[in-house]
Amino acid sequence: MLFKTITKENFKKMVEALLEENEVIGPKSRDRDTEGNKIYRFLKINSFEELEMDYTRSYSSPKNYFLPFKEDLATYHFNDKGWEQEIQYTTHPRVIIGMRACDINALLKLDQVMLKSVYPNPHYFARRRNTLIIGLDHEPLEDCFCRSMNTDTVFHGFDLFLTDIGDRYFVAINSDTAYIILNKFDAGEVTEEDRERFKTVKKQIESKFKTQVDITILPELMDLEFESEVWKKWGDKCLSCGSCAMVCPTCYCYGIEEDTDLSFSKATKRKFLYSCNLLDFAAVAGGHNFRPDAHIRLKYRYYHQFRGFVEAFNQSLCVGCNRCGKACLAGISPKAVIDDLIRTEKLQK
Amino acid sequence: MNIKIPQYDINLEPFMERPPDFNNKSVLMQTEKGFKSEVINIVKLTSQEKLFQVRILDSCEREKFTFLPGQFVMLELPGCGEIPISISSSSSNREFIGLCIRKAGKVTGMIDRLEPGAIVGIRGPFGTHFPMQKMKGYNILLIAGGLGIAPLRSPIYWVNEQRSAYKDITILYGTREPGQILFDYQFEEWQKIYNLKLLTIIQEPDENWKGRVGLITDLFKEVRIDPDNTFAIVCGPPVMFKFVCAYLSDIGIPRQRMFVSLERRMHCGMGKCCRCNVGSTFTCLDGPVFDYWTVMNLKEAI
Repeated sequence: MLFKTITKENFKKMVEALLEENEVIGPKSRDRDTEGNKIYRFLKINSFEELEMDYTRSYSSPKNYFLPFKEDLATYHFNDKGWEQEIQYTTHPRVIIGMRACDINALLKLDQVMLKSVYPNPHYFARRRNTLIIGLDHEPLEDCFCRSMNTDTVFHGFDLFLTDIGDRYFVAINSDTAYIILNKFDAGEVTEEDRERFKTVKKQIESKFKTQVDITILPELMDLEFESEVWKKWGDKCLSCGSCAMVCPTCYCYGIEEDTDLSFSKATKRKFLYSCNLLDFAAVAGGHNFRPDAHIRLKYRYYHQFRGFVEAFNQSLCVGCNRCGKACLAGISPKAVIDDLIRTEKLQK
Repeated sequence: MNIKIPQYDINLEPFMERPPDFNNKSVLMQTEKGFKSEVINIVKLTSQEKLFQVRILDSCEREKFTFLPGQFVMLELPGCGEIPISISSSSSNREFIGLCIRKAGKVTGMIDRLEPGAIVGIRGPFGTHFPMQKMKGYNILLIAGGLGIAPLRSPIYWVNEQRSAYKDITILYGTREPGQILFDYQFEEWQKIYNLKLLTIIQEPDENWKGRVGLITDLFKEVRIDPDNTFAIVCGPPVMFKFVCAYLSDIGIPRQRMFVSLERRMHCGMGKCCRCNVGSTFTCLDGPVFDYWTVMNLKEAI
């Protein structure tokens, strides 16, 4: 990988130049929570000043710029002979600034499903190809456990990745497009001093992880503890609201709805993101529900994340951002559930 | 200074022009392209079920569409919805496919109201198939409960078309009430021409029913199964799988020679929507046809 540095002043110029012609998305505070902390989201920015490079955590993940909550898959135009199907893929270019390593790793996991397995998804592909990603390092928060999930660093899946080393950013460059852009703003060669400062910052970040989750035996544990009381204990709290899936950077399951416009001249087939915790997730016509209870649905959420995905792609689906833990109205966090599972396993031994 | 990020227009890719080949699943990109198809005939089977004969209109697309017994398609009624339906016709019939549909939900309720000539969308075929090649030289035991007979028609046609390659074929078919028996107009043909043995049984008979009464498992008393030389295909409601497969494995049919076709909610057919996901297994990709060994290792499968 190539490395350069860019001064913060030049970075500002670069963002302003990007803003001229492109849609730019970045972390922006939208509100404050009950304790007065800012609530951030990835939103369209109109000026460099709106971009909050010191943001802590975005409430929902930037995943939705690749997998929108709602997306039209096809339009049908009715006529005398039946209908004609029309399929259009979105192609407008976009820049996302400030994505964390965990969120970029989340995209890499989504790439596995959407691009690298069977039936590559054209909607996702078009969005991925048309998005320039500028990542940003940060010091972990209290509850970040991305280090345990091996997603605290990232080597590909982005165009530029910035690490703040004082008056400038240390930049990892991963695409030619980004290389050309960066060089227009007097990007500097990496000096010995830059390198040392970068290493110091990285060590500092590493030392600040407070939350750990032991996932080494998890795939096996998921099978062994399939009937465990732990699922009922946590599952009975679950309100089956689906908030966890909405904020999760890797959840990709969805449903399809079709509607006809009032003139009966056209219909739309629309995809909307769903959650495996919602009551009718596995309900079939005729009334049978394969997962009628909240605790069974919660168990399958974990089963897919920590067992199924590992079997398919040799990595768990979770990236350790704890957004689901923060968003959960019933106070269910992945760390608590996994710790509980491991504890029962140890007690039995 | 201003910078424009290069734009990539997927709509200009050559694949957009080609008819989609759903059998080429590692490169297929027109995931939403439905084959425009005409409902050419509707056979009313019972008060709940109808057989829809559906023909893909475009000759190029029709030629590309091939499937194997056990696979399913996503059937779409634009403006209404899309549902997974297993194919219930001969895989050598390249003119139309048969879809046996029970009116059970919102979309099937609308499909039930269709008339011949209606235009629907078809995507597929999707999923795994019964290993008909491997079954050559063996006896085949087909066990169906209720609507489960629909996906079994495809292997039945297959066996007839290559009859000498297979040994004894037995169909055990049970329904709750006599009025729910499907495809009884074919029973004579299956027995006399296809040379299959067919046993039917009814759970709740009416006064006119003269045949056997009981559960599907009661039919096992009447058939002699050679476990070393038999493949089994089982399709029916989840509760039936349990008892039937337990019996078959007790008498010594290896679990790898027992095949079941599972039902799940599906919204894509392509392993993306996760609605049919059980851990790492997708019923749409790894199924709907599974061997019983796999099913036993699948949590919550049946």
